[in-house]
Amino acid sequence: MELFWFIIIALVLVVFFILDGYDFGAGIIHLFYAKKDKDKEVIAKSAGLYWDSNEVWLVAAGGLLFMAFPTFYASVFSGFYLPLILVLWLIIFRAIGLEFRSQFNFQMWKDIWDTSFGVSSLLLALFFGIALGNIVRGVNLGGFEDGSSIYEAHYFFLPLWDSSFSPLTTHPGVIDWFTLIIGFISVVTLAIHGANWIVLKTNSSINQKLKTIAVRLNGVLLLLTIVSLISWKTINPDSFNNFSEKPYLLIFPLLFIVGVVGTFFISKFKNDNSPLVFSTLIILGGITSSLASLFPVILPSTNSVHESLTIYNTSAAQYGLSVAMGWGIVGLILLLIYFIVQKRLMRGKVDTMDYGH
Amino acid sequence: MEDMIFYDRLQFAFTITFHYIFPQLTMGLSLMIVYFKWRYLRDKVEKYNDAAKFFMKIFAINFTMGVVTGIPMEFQFGTNWAKFSELTGGIIGQTLAMEGLFSFFLESSFLVLFIFGEKRLGQKLHFLTAFLVFVGSWASGWFILATNAWMQHPVGYEILENGKFVLNNFSELFTNPWLLPAFLHNQLASVVTSSFVVAAIGAFYILRDKNTEFGKLFLKTGVVFGLISSVLVAFPTGDWNAKNVVKYQPAAFAAMEGIFETEDAGAEIILIGQPNMIEKKLDNKIAVPNILSFLTYQEWDRQIAGMDQFKEEELPDNIPALYYSYHIMVGLGTIFIGLMVISAFFLWKKRLYGMKALLWAIMFMVPFPYIANLTGWYTAELGRQPYLVYGLLRTSEGVSPNVSSGNTLFTLLGFVALYMLLGLLFLVLVGKTIHQGPKFQTH
Repeated sequence: MELFWFIIIALVLVVFFILDGYDFGAGIIHLFYAKKDKDKEVIAKSAGLYWDSNEVWLVAAGGLLFMAFPTFYASVFSGFYLPLILVLWLIIFRAIGLEFRSQFNFQMWKDIWDTSFGVSSLLLALFFGIALGNIVRGVNLGGFEDGSSIYEAHYFFLPLWDSSFSPLTTHPGVIDWFTLIIGFISVVTLAIHGANWIVLKTNSSINQKLKTIAVRLNGVLLLLTIVSLISWKTINPDSFNNFSEKPYLLIFPLLFIVGVVGTFFISKFKNDNSPLVFSTLIILGGITSSLASLFPVILPSTNSVHESLTIYNTSAAQYGLSVAMGWGIVGLILLLIYFIVQKRLMRGKVDTMDYGH
Repeated sequence: MEDMIFYDRLQFAFTITFHYIFPQLTMGLSLMIVYFKWRYLRDKVEKYNDAAKFFMKIFAINFTMGVVTGIPMEFQFGTNWAKFSELTGGIIGQTLAMEGLFSFFLESSFLVLFIFGEKRLGQKLHFLTAFLVFVGSWASGWFILATNAWMQHPVGYEILENGKFVLNNFSELFTNPWLLPAFLHNQLASVVTSSFVVAAIGAFYILRDKNTEFGKLFLKTGVVFGLISSVLVAFPTGDWNAKNVVKYQPAAFAAMEGIFETEDAGAEIILIGQPNMIEKKLDNKIAVPNILSFLTYQEWDRQIAGMDQFKEEELPDNIPALYYSYHIMVGLGTIFIGLMVISAFFLWKKRLYGMKALLWAIMFMVPFPYIANLTGWYTAELGRQPYLVYGLLRTSEGVSPNVSSGNTLFTLLGFVALYMLLGLLFLVLVGKTIHQGPKFQTH
């Protein structure tokens, strides 16, 4: 039962990152590569029309996590208090930018909100990567130091950073060099994803250029991934044991590899949908590989006193989980139907679409 | 420790207050949009369709605001109320997750279909999308109220040795005696808000002599919906809720009514007065004897427990705020009924559109249903204190043990700043939409 909910929630989260990922990515591309007003307009639109229906998936993931793994929810949300609230602020700020920019028609106004959209998209991508980095690296559960704990075994509190910026201290902060690498991976991945999205959904003048940019970024991604894997192995020598014990889990890294390899050839594809498929595989493979390497742990403990949080020691009681399975399956089928209907209706380039309001 | 709880509570109160400005309009408005769209299908008069599409634009702005301010609500259970989440997540997580999965998705998806799909879907399916937006938004209210009802009157649970609340009966979450009266009261109150908004936009157009045809339609529709909903919100649904409070939370009832001392021969109803917490009495009191006993039990001399009957630690911790919230809600509710009865009378006499003073009054009444809705919620939530789960889990036991008050104050200040900006955006967007009027096409 715990496994069922773990898979479902991971799936909903991955869908969130794939969907909202392209509009974060569009923001990053917008920030660095969009120069002409017309391009800025359509790129903002390619995010503006979709972001709110994409963020519904985040709400769903949050709700399901709360229901199925309340102890994990409580521990992680309070322990990562500051970065999470920052993420909330960025999400709101980004929405303000997207909705405000088209309200008044003069250049300075648009510049302000374009920048806010771009910067908040970039920071969100970075923070989501850092979050994944923290989950993988683990935290000092219980705040254990010098033989005693400050909190109950499953609570912790992380500052944004500690002066050493090292993942190897007893009290690593949210941001250290390892989580930053994962943060950059996330930024680069979402930038590729966003570039593919813009090519598919707009007739911007930089579409051709974006294909080259995506390929170049893909090289950076490959490099960063290798660096991160080596550093991870240094930080935690057991990090790849799951894959040698259960070789079928290698399917997840394989998805990632297919995604990266495919992305090197995007300028050869005739269909603009295909690049997006490969960047989707990168996101899917990247997140699922990280989760698979930890499984069944969902938050490792960096001290030897308190045990890591797993899907088994943080879950709700069995009765609740099985009742929820009933309505959960119905709900997910409905989600799938809405999703397909909506995407069919909103297909095509955004250049000529109306804003809803 | 005290500080910590104070800022956590203040942050939740601030963010939920700001959040609830938006859903209270969308829930009521979705019903009125369904009405407009239905009239169009029946009568084939273009103005009804324009009205439906116009209000869906306003709906969409409010919905977006609701989304971005709603995500922090969900997150804060974990960030600021971790202990509460850990102990009760297995139960309230059910209803909250169902809200996300069933209603929020429904509302969001069909809102998109309504806005972009009229041509591709045809009129009947377009009506259906409006109807499903309505179903989604009311289902959302249902699940949130179910969550809140469990906190007000916990059912279907058992408590384990480690203090965790475990669900043992799923269906009881939805047959909770607290739920249905609270849901109906809340939904009707949101129809009151939307009626006043629709009527006020109508009054504005008539007074400005612009879009006058729509002005008349909006005013008429707003007044009719407003009359029905403002009566129903008081009686019977408000009455049901009061009876639930007296039954399940007698200490909260005594505090919100301002009864400091128990009167053996029946309780008076307080109209005006200020709680004096030092001398434990009401200053400058105007009251009518025995009415409260009659309203509550239909017996003039029935005794109702005053605050003197309860231990200090069982009473709500902010009695004046609870008392004022409740009395503001009731007072405003009474004014709404009065204004709507008068407006409906002149509507029936076909004189309303020419009565400038009354139109101005309707237009300026807009903020007050919002205040009444919010103070109604304050009444429910302050009355629940000092508990998170009534009678079982104290508020002080639910807070995150690891988040310091300095951090909470920091984030509270950030939310205040950001929400000011968001509020400004909201006013610009809504103001612009109203200014452009129902005939405006975005091309």
